[in-house]
Amino acid sequence: MDLYVVVLVEMLYGVASLILISAGLAIVFGMIKVINLAHGEFMMMGGYATITAVNLGVNVFVAMLLIAPVVVGLIGLVVERLVIRHLYGRLIDTMLATWGLSLFFIGLATMVFGNTTTGISTPIPGFAIGDYQVNGYNFFIIVVSALLLVAMLAVLKGTRAGLVARGTMQRPDMAAALGYSPDRVYMATFFCGSALSGLAGAILAPLVGLVPTSGGAYIAKAFITVIAGGPSLVAGLFASAGFFGAVNQIFTFAISPVIGEVALLVAAVVLLRILPQGVTGTFFKGRL
Amino acid sequence: MAEVALETQGLTMRFGGVVAANRVDFKLRARELRCLIGPNGAGKSTFFKCITGLQSPTEGEVYMRGVETTGWMPHQIASLGVGMKTQTPNVMDSLSVHENIWLAARRFHDSREADHKTQEIIDLLALGAIARDDLGRLAHGERQRVELGLVAVGDPWLILLDEPAAGLGAEEVERMTAIIHVLNRQAALVIVEHDMQFIRSIAQTVTVFHQGKVLIEDHVDRVMSDPVVRNVYLGKKS
Amino acid sequence: MPGDLKREAIAIAVVTGALILVLPLIIGTYTLTVLAVYGMLGLSLGLIWGFGGILCFGQAAFFGLGAYAYAISAINIGESTIPMLLAVLVPAVFAVLLGAMMFYGRLNDVYLGVITLVVTLILFKVINSTAGPQYMIGNARLGGFNGIPGFQTLNVPGKPDAYIWGDSYFYVCAVLLGFVYLLVTVLLRSSFGRIAVGIRENEVRMSLMGYDVRARKTVMFAIGAAIAGLAGGLFANWAEIVTPNLFSLSQSAEIIIWCIVGGLGTRLGPVLGAAGLAYLKFLLGQQALVDNALVTGLILVLFVLLLPKGVVPALSGLWRVSVGRRPPGRIRRRRRSRHRERLHG
Repeated sequence: MDLYVVVLVEMLYGVASLILISAGLAIVFGMIKVINLAHGEFMMMGGYATITAVNLGVNVFVAMLLIAPVVVGLIGLVVERLVIRHLYGRLIDTMLATWGLSLFFIGLATMVFGNTTTGISTPIPGFAIGDYQVNGYNFFIIVVSALLLVAMLAVLKGTRAGLVARGTMQRPDMAAALGYSPDRVYMATFFCGSALSGLAGAILAPLVGLVPTSGGAYIAKAFITVIAGGPSLVAGLFASAGFFGAVNQIFTFAISPVIGEVALLVAAVVLLRILPQGVTGTFFKGRL
Repeated sequence: MAEVALETQGLTMRFGGVVAANRVDFKLRARELRCLIGPNGAGKSTFFKCITGLQSPTEGEVYMRGVETTGWMPHQIASLGVGMKTQTPNVMDSLSVHENIWLAARRFHDSREADHKTQEIIDLLALGAIARDDLGRLAHGERQRVELGLVAVGDPWLILLDEPAAGLGAEEVERMTAIIHVLNRQAALVIVEHDMQFIRSIAQTVTVFHQGKVLIEDHVDRVMSDPVVRNVYLGKKS
Repeated sequence: MPGDLKREAIAIAVVTGALILVLPLIIGTYTLTVLAVYGMLGLSLGLIWGFGGILCFGQAAFFGLGAYAYAISAINIGESTIPMLLAVLVPAVFAVLLGAMMFYGRLNDVYLGVITLVVTLILFKVINSTAGPQYMIGNARLGGFNGIPGFQTLNVPGKPDAYIWGDSYFYVCAVLLGFVYLLVTVLLRSSFGRIAVGIRENEVRMSLMGYDVRARKTVMFAIGAAIAGLAGGLFANWAEIVTPNLFSLSQSAEIIIWCIVGGLGTRLGPVLGAAGLAYLKFLLGQQALVDNALVTGLILVLFVLLLPKGVVPALSGLWRVSVGRRPPGRIRRRRRSRHRERLHG
């Protein structure tokens, strides 16, 4: 019985962490059709922002939930103005340019922080379910991910800004005709997406030893979760994170963590092969 | 009985709840020229895509010279000797006119013979002056003409054209008409078209589509004067 | 045409020969060897991306497979001729399977990118986790993240004791690069190559003309993989160790950067891009002031933004303008958008 609870929690954690990892990328891709391959590095920078702030004496939750998103959001803003802005509508080119940015930020972090592992300890202690020790921080991640999904839904469906963003995403020309500058909407969206990437990196930072190349571990997972998710932003994210998270954890329990990771990737390939139309939705119609 | 080049039986295409083509029975004899007309959304283009293999019909069958081709891929249909042109110009933009036509010729001939055929078609379509220009640089009418060359160079016995005269000037339409008559000596043609002037000048029999079904199929003059047709289609135009 | 080809073949042979003689005077042959190998790797992606229109985010997978195929079979066989062939064949067969799966499923663009990237990652993770002694292929321990060292390196065919190394190995690699370059030239002039370019330009049109686009893309993909595999086998011989890093994403990224910087749609561009950037990386490695990745990344971003066509096409364009020769064909400028396509159902 206790084992089932533990497995369930682990499963939920698997799904939640995928949602967390993918949310920033999903926003940017879903809303403005930019695949930000520097997403992993945005997360890495969120992690460094948190650790630096904590080392300077800031409360760890303030550092994670406030400082990291703001810092990375601002970096995203600069990136958007300098690079992404010139490449809207050129999907492959944005992928290539952001891949370049990813290398650039790895190099930058190596120069600033050095090529050594840093980290902070988990701010929430573990506890026992029956005979099993459970990581308390996992619950925190589950809660944050759930809140994140709800918040995304609420902002997109319930607020004026969300409405403008959704309208611009569908018909930028119409939105412009109605007096909303697509340029500014894109800029704001990219800021939000980057901030979410920073948040994710910050929250996951206590769980990993952070190195400048840490982002590489996230980008592929985020990438496939978002692509497999398809047109509907929140529902797609939830569905594909649920599927991949479950596959990952089942194989992790049954065999080993490495096989769990591999199973996730294989599942992604199979899914995309079987459902290219269903997954594609309306995103790439007539697009290069 | 004359040979049948193209036949569909009960061809139906549904998109969700929308029935874009509804049990269409269609028959085309060898070397016949048929125009498909109908108002926007009548199902002509859907019907057209189902026979070219760009879409696979929900129900019904397609036969070409007696061979069932339902659900075939476009390249399989083309390999039977069927030439096709889609609604929007579909050409290789960064290649020259000569290269474009050569690629089409190469499918059915060896390299040397393809050179020869390419030259023939370039002469036939009077493209000699622009043969080395990239397609991307050409005017719309020239691109349409090149695409017709791509279709013609394979010596097809069945040609399917979606709006060959769209966006052409009067002089170009005239040239297009002449080319189509030349092609019609060897091949049966199905032409989806809007331009009534053009249709009058090429067609004998016209099939009118309306709401996914064949409304009427008759000689062009009788179709034009039919009150029902005028009502659903022509009435709006004039 | 054949006369043209003969002239080009002679030119390739002469240039290759001249470079083999001159370059060692400037750069050490050890470094030059790996530049030649990378040049070949760049060419492999340049072929399928620039001429076939297939953007593969996992060209490193074939490079790594070639290297591992060589290392594993060299340990088991003890003579380098068959392992070298396997280094070409194994990635090619793998590419046929992978390519068929993708192209027959009509996957394109982003999906192609995702799948090739994910497959590379799978290979990386699998190989990386085979550190234990139970993972053996024949006599070869896979060694996980430690890689496989100590395999038989290239020898004169049939004479396992006659190693080819040092300067001689550089000559072998450089000549092979010239040879592969010639093969690519022949391929692109053949009907197959011209049809491949047609498919890059417009898949729908080519299939309406009766070409089986799926099969042709699969074959093209496999040819690229075979060349990358050969480069991988040669790299294994040069490094004398193979590690999972050959499969890494950063390796894939580098190959893409070489092609972008050198210029897509040219044969020379990816080769020069690869050799040039690899040499730059080598120079940067000798100083500690600026990080390598930072410079590489910056170069990619700047090229995508400012010179997306790459160096070689830009230079040849400049050459044409400055020498005053017009590009072949009449120059015509007409508005194409005058007649916008009407859209109706």
